[in-house]
Amino acid sequence: MANFFSDNKDLQFHLQHPLMRKIVELKERNFADKDLYDYAPQNFEDAMDSYRKVLEITGEVCGEVIAANAESVDHEGPRVENDHVIYAEGTQRNLEAITAAGLSGMTLPRKYDGLNFPLICFVMANEMVARGDAGFENIWGLQDCAETLNEFASEEIKQKFLPWVSAGATCAMDLTEPDAGSDLGAVMLKATWSEEKQTWLLNGVKRFITNGDGEVSLVLARTEEGTTDARGLSMLVYDKRDGGVKVRRIENKLGIKGSPTCELVFTNAPAQLVGDRKMGLIKYVMSLMNAARLGIGAQSTGLCEAAYREALKYAHEREQFGKSIIKFAAISEILSNMKAKLQGARALLYETARFVEIYKQYTHISHERSLEPEERQEMKFYNRLADAFTPLVKLFSSEYANQLAYDSIQIHGGSGYMKEYTCERLYRDARIMNIYEGTSQLQVVAAINGVTKGTFLEQIARYEELEFSAEMQPVVEQLKALREKFEAMVAHVESKEKECAGYKEFHARRLVETAGHLIISFLLARQASECADYVNSAKIFTKMAASKIEEAYSYVMNSPVEDVALFKAVETEE
Amino acid sequence: MKKQLKIVVLAKQVPDTRNVGKDAMTAEGTVNRAALPAIFNPEDLNALEAALQLKDMTEGSTVQVLTMGPLRAADIIRDAMYRGADGGYLLSGREFAGSDTLATSYALSCALKQIKPDVIVAGRQAIDGDTAQVGPQVAQKLDLPQVTYTEEIVELKESSIVVKRRLENGFEVVECPIPLVMTVNGSAKECRPQNARRVMKYKHALTKSEVAAAADSLSAELVGKKEYLQIVELSAQDVNPDMAQLGLSGSPTKVKKIENVVFQAKESKRLTGSDSDINELMVELIASHTLG
Repeated sequence: MANFFSDNKDLQFHLQHPLMRKIVELKERNFADKDLYDYAPQNFEDAMDSYRKVLEITGEVCGEVIAANAESVDHEGPRVENDHVIYAEGTQRNLEAITAAGLSGMTLPRKYDGLNFPLICFVMANEMVARGDAGFENIWGLQDCAETLNEFASEEIKQKFLPWVSAGATCAMDLTEPDAGSDLGAVMLKATWSEEKQTWLLNGVKRFITNGDGEVSLVLARTEEGTTDARGLSMLVYDKRDGGVKVRRIENKLGIKGSPTCELVFTNAPAQLVGDRKMGLIKYVMSLMNAARLGIGAQSTGLCEAAYREALKYAHEREQFGKSIIKFAAISEILSNMKAKLQGARALLYETARFVEIYKQYTHISHERSLEPEERQEMKFYNRLADAFTPLVKLFSSEYANQLAYDSIQIHGGSGYMKEYTCERLYRDARIMNIYEGTSQLQVVAAINGVTKGTFLEQIARYEELEFSAEMQPVVEQLKALREKFEAMVAHVESKEKECAGYKEFHARRLVETAGHLIISFLLARQASECADYVNSAKIFTKMAASKIEEAYSYVMNSPVEDVALFKAVETEE
Repeated sequence: MKKQLKIVVLAKQVPDTRNVGKDAMTAEGTVNRAALPAIFNPEDLNALEAALQLKDMTEGSTVQVLTMGPLRAADIIRDAMYRGADGGYLLSGREFAGSDTLATSYALSCALKQIKPDVIVAGRQAIDGDTAQVGPQVAQKLDLPQVTYTEEIVELKESSIVVKRRLENGFEVVECPIPLVMTVNGSAKECRPQNARRVMKYKHALTKSEVAAAADSLSAELVGKKEYLQIVELSAQDVNPDMAQLGLSGSPTKVKKIENVVFQAKESKRLTGSDSDINELMVELIASHTLG
């Protein structure tokens, strides 16, 4: 029996983090539900026991059902019939299993039939689903749209939609249009208020919409006639049962083929306003996107796990020159680096999830009562970290997913290029991860503030203050020296920026990646101080980080301001 | 309005013999239980699913699990509750030790006489004994009609159930009056998974022996407050049996010897892809009942 939770000690380790006590207490509001719901926990230990048990169920569904269906779903894919999506048969079976296991509405409050689980557990579940089938993770993971409703919608809307999501209704977020991709301010889908029908009516076209035919759709639309920018956009929720949206086509993609990417035509589709008018992009989409980026972090990490395991298994099984290929140094080095990147991506993912979790819980509590001054301060503190770390997770994990998928095929050799092996699908599935929900280039733009405003360096300083085992001391000393190089790079770039606007933008990726390499190394060194399983990965990751940081340092420090113009010259090429 | 049904599933906790390693048997030739994890007998899970389907067809129906075994067999009752059962009975005590199918079906039928279910559903057979006798014997002892090899419940009527039976060369559809005993085939619908909300609700469910063993635990405290968390534990005395028919004394089956049979090819035959060779192979395989 394959169980993606029981077989993964790394995941179990992250569930044990000391901050979980605080997270559970915030999420459970001091266990206020314990006598109101028969499935609510009585105390911290009871809650943790429930998380483990439910994650075990999730692990079993992922290992036994979702992973088993992945190949047929990849081959069959969804199709359009009578303007609606018909999922691949395996996808339907996955949804049935997930619903029967009661895994929907995982983070929603119990009053909306949710499990009221911390975000950490949802991220873990997402990761396991993605390890089984990355494409299906999109359909299932979109249930976090309901979190946006929970945070911003009226009670009436919540009562209508949230229990439905808890019962297994799938969601979609309808943002992109043919002329509005990364630049969502250009969205043109029109929402007009109908006095006669007492509802908003949506008209227009959306494109590249993941699970576009889901039961509950959050739609970014222009409610303010005559406007052309972000300030005229609002968020609305559309109920599929009301009709008015047709699926015109499903894109034929390179990977994640089970996830229907739809072009939608809205014709007087009724919808309800979520929150305040004109705040659609500015406030709600930003919240949605941050959650989605963490989701892609989980999806990417799950794919890394699958890629590493496929490679490791094959390297043991495959014999050449009379021995398993894992016995060759060239192969074991690739595998060691894969493992370090996988564990590094996961360390960053759960560190970030904890930051997001605490900040979000304080936000929710602030809607119920006014926060104490120290709570308010704590909320700000974690908000700042969450904003800086979220794009970092998306950037690193999605790039690693691609690298590990590449390495996995490399270890399989010629066989890995054939359709018979899973690594071939992983390679195709990974390719979208550093593109959608904001490309890697956009994650750098989002994360550079964390470099220049000092958020990353402040957090690194906190890591340096933690206790490390004697074995990790040399690693920590090396990391401190590398941190000094990072500071020198930041100072250098800041001063050159004054000489030449665009210098910082030119070096932004090198700076953000350096911050990420340092942070992940520290996280792994810390884990290695707690648990011997991480010692090798901490050492190996730090070696890799050191060489990457040295490379970036050398590039930045030897880069004259003329480089900005040098790399812009291509603009004039035809 | 159909009648509300009281449904009992007969289930057994068995060693997982599907992945048998080298250490599966002890030197004495008995099952090494430490090396084989205890699991819910697979076809009993099919039986549980059939019972839950019947429950889904009539509002107000209940599904209880009855198992005979050591105290730790309460695990499969909790497992069943996580999947949809309302509760269960654990028939446990040293008097039952060493039961063969006859003594087992006798003990179960004594308990069932007290529970008085409308429908008894059992898995076709257990993977440790492979006898397929307990279900039919229970029906005989309770003087109830039985439907074996159930693959699908076709229809629930006012006072009967229409069932599709899987047979060797096809299937047949039969109608049987309630009350009845059904045994369910492994080819029937797979059991629904454990449900997150139910796991959280029922994970504290305990038998009275378990409560006694962990009197200070949160679970024990909750069992005291919430009746649905009590797993009924029945001793031999509780079911009022003829003691001579229980356990070893009630078991005429004696295992004389166990032999480990290893198949090995003694002679080989080379066939080509020609029509005549394939024809010869087909004739041989059909004659040996490997095919058809």
